[in-house]
Amino acid sequence: MANDPTSGGATATAPTPDAPGFDERRTATPLQRIQQLLHAQPILGPLAVLVIAIIAFSLVSGRFLSTANLGLVLAQVTVIAALALGQTLVILTAGIDLSVGAIAVFSSILMANTATKLGVPGPLALILGLVLGTAMGAFNGFLVTRFKLPPFIVTLGTLSIFFSLNSVVSRSETIRGADMPTIMTALGDNAFSLGGFRVTWGSIVMLAMFAFFFYALGNTAWGKHVYATGDDIEAARLAGIRTDRVLLSVYTVAGLIYAIGAWILMGRLASASPNVGIEYNLDSITAVVLGGTSLFGGRGLVLGTLVGALIVGVFRNGLALGGVDVVWQGTAIGLLVLVAVAIDQWIRKVRA
Amino acid sequence: MTTDDALFTAEETTAMREPVLQARGIVKRYGPVTALASGDLELYPGEILAVIGDNGAGKTSLIKALCGAIIPDSGEILLDGQQVRFRNPMEARLAGIETVYQSLAVAPGLDIADNLFLGREERKSGVLGSVFRMLDKKHMRSEARRHMSELGIATLQNIGQAVESLSGGQRQAVAVARSAAFGSKVVILDEPTAALGVKEGQRVLQLIRDVRDRGLPVILISHNMPHVFEVADRIHIQRLGRRATVITPQSHTMSEAVAIMTGAAEPPPPVA
Repeated sequence: MANDPTSGGATATAPTPDAPGFDERRTATPLQRIQQLLHAQPILGPLAVLVIAIIAFSLVSGRFLSTANLGLVLAQVTVIAALALGQTLVILTAGIDLSVGAIAVFSSILMANTATKLGVPGPLALILGLVLGTAMGAFNGFLVTRFKLPPFIVTLGTLSIFFSLNSVVSRSETIRGADMPTIMTALGDNAFSLGGFRVTWGSIVMLAMFAFFFYALGNTAWGKHVYATGDDIEAARLAGIRTDRVLLSVYTVAGLIYAIGAWILMGRLASASPNVGIEYNLDSITAVVLGGTSLFGGRGLVLGTLVGALIVGVFRNGLALGGVDVVWQGTAIGLLVLVAVAIDQWIRKVRA
Repeated sequence: MTTDDALFTAEETTAMREPVLQARGIVKRYGPVTALASGDLELYPGEILAVIGDNGAGKTSLIKALCGAIIPDSGEILLDGQQVRFRNPMEARLAGIETVYQSLAVAPGLDIADNLFLGREERKSGVLGSVFRMLDKKHMRSEARRHMSELGIATLQNIGQAVESLSGGQRQAVAVARSAAFGSKVVILDEPTAALGVKEGQRVLQLIRDVRDRGLPVILISHNMPHVFEVADRIHIQRLGRRATVITPQSHTMSEAVAIMTGAAEPPPPVA
């Protein structure tokens, strides 16, 4: 009976009069096929943008594809990619984290100041900073789950609090890398170099974190619960998932990721500065969105975020090499974001 | 009495068997409003018990108490003769009562297999499972396929297909398959055909019969009288926070049932 093409009736979620029956296949236009393909393989869109951008910029500037420049791009995107990883987890739960930059910078200030001002041994100061960064993330999660406040408001508040405490602790002073224990800036050192393509320890740590969460999201019950919670929190709760625990774990883990990002940041800057980081909030969200993760939660991939961060890095670097004034970089990235969100909306309307 | 636990007629069931699930004098108040004055219900093995009632009759409160979604102010619930108290839906589920909510409680972005096992994923054995928490996707997929085909829903092309790409009836089928796969005692279905077209509604009714025929008693909450009279073995009529009566599709007509439901007719003594 279900083969009858006239099988019909409106469905709960698709307000279309011709919803398919139980085992019906419908023919799709080429555009619908692309839509379905992007829906099934959301990584393809960002990957295509990255490849096209690389080809375009290599035509614009001969230096773009040089090993030295590619190493530079990787170094430039490492911090943003790391922070965007934590942001991805939060956005997958249909939340948003505006405090990412504040947590990262405050963590680096705490690490550097406890080591230099209080004389705490380097490794201990580092661990202390990681713990405090994790605690800041957990505080966000506590407010979101316990008081049922919207993540946007919670992290807007903690953004302000952490930046203010950051100024108090740092007295708005930058601490030079030379004054810190070497472990603080160790992630800025080169791990290896392939014919001019230099890879820092920070990049390796960042890639390792992506590998870890790629596995955790795709192959553990926790990962499935993160997706289910972001997809439809009420449905997840009725299915027996402790959604509050999932959310708390996500914000807490995100805090740890930001704190590790802070460590990478100190290596990259060879200092701990209280005045960097405001732009990390929006850059991290940009990378997540460009990577195809939906701001509405429940769909997206951490690998997409890595690609998204690389897109941002490639655009900034390529436009600079192409002689485009720095002030236009923001316009280019902004247009990319708008297109990415529009495509996301379109993909979500997919039907079988 | 037969030892085969397949089908029983309503008479055999009620005469010869103890109820699987029983509610006695359940009361639920919300402030000054009494949603449920005295909730009574008996569900016998191998039957489909439809629960009907006008809006505000207390059927939702009654069902929610049975599936752990609300905690009643007083009264008792017996499962297989043992008193139970559910503080949340998970406890009811662990006791063997599976509920398919009207909202379906599926995660649209996850695939069919993920949804069937949502909240009770299975890990691989050995170090991969215990240390690396790795899910046994292969096993869950083959199990999901088995559960779906047992209920005659093998026509779905791909068990790895996202649920959001399915039609309303297919989603309902996934939700029903999940409850049938994991419900060991009772399956509760809340308005399973409400959002469906005629054909899909019929498919889901057949699914409900299949679930019963596999030995699981079913509570069906529905406003759709033709569907109720088509599949129910007995019909529990809720009115003004109490059970008005219990009838069967044979003993009364649809219009008589509606008359009892709305108070236009005196309720007859219950059949059970």
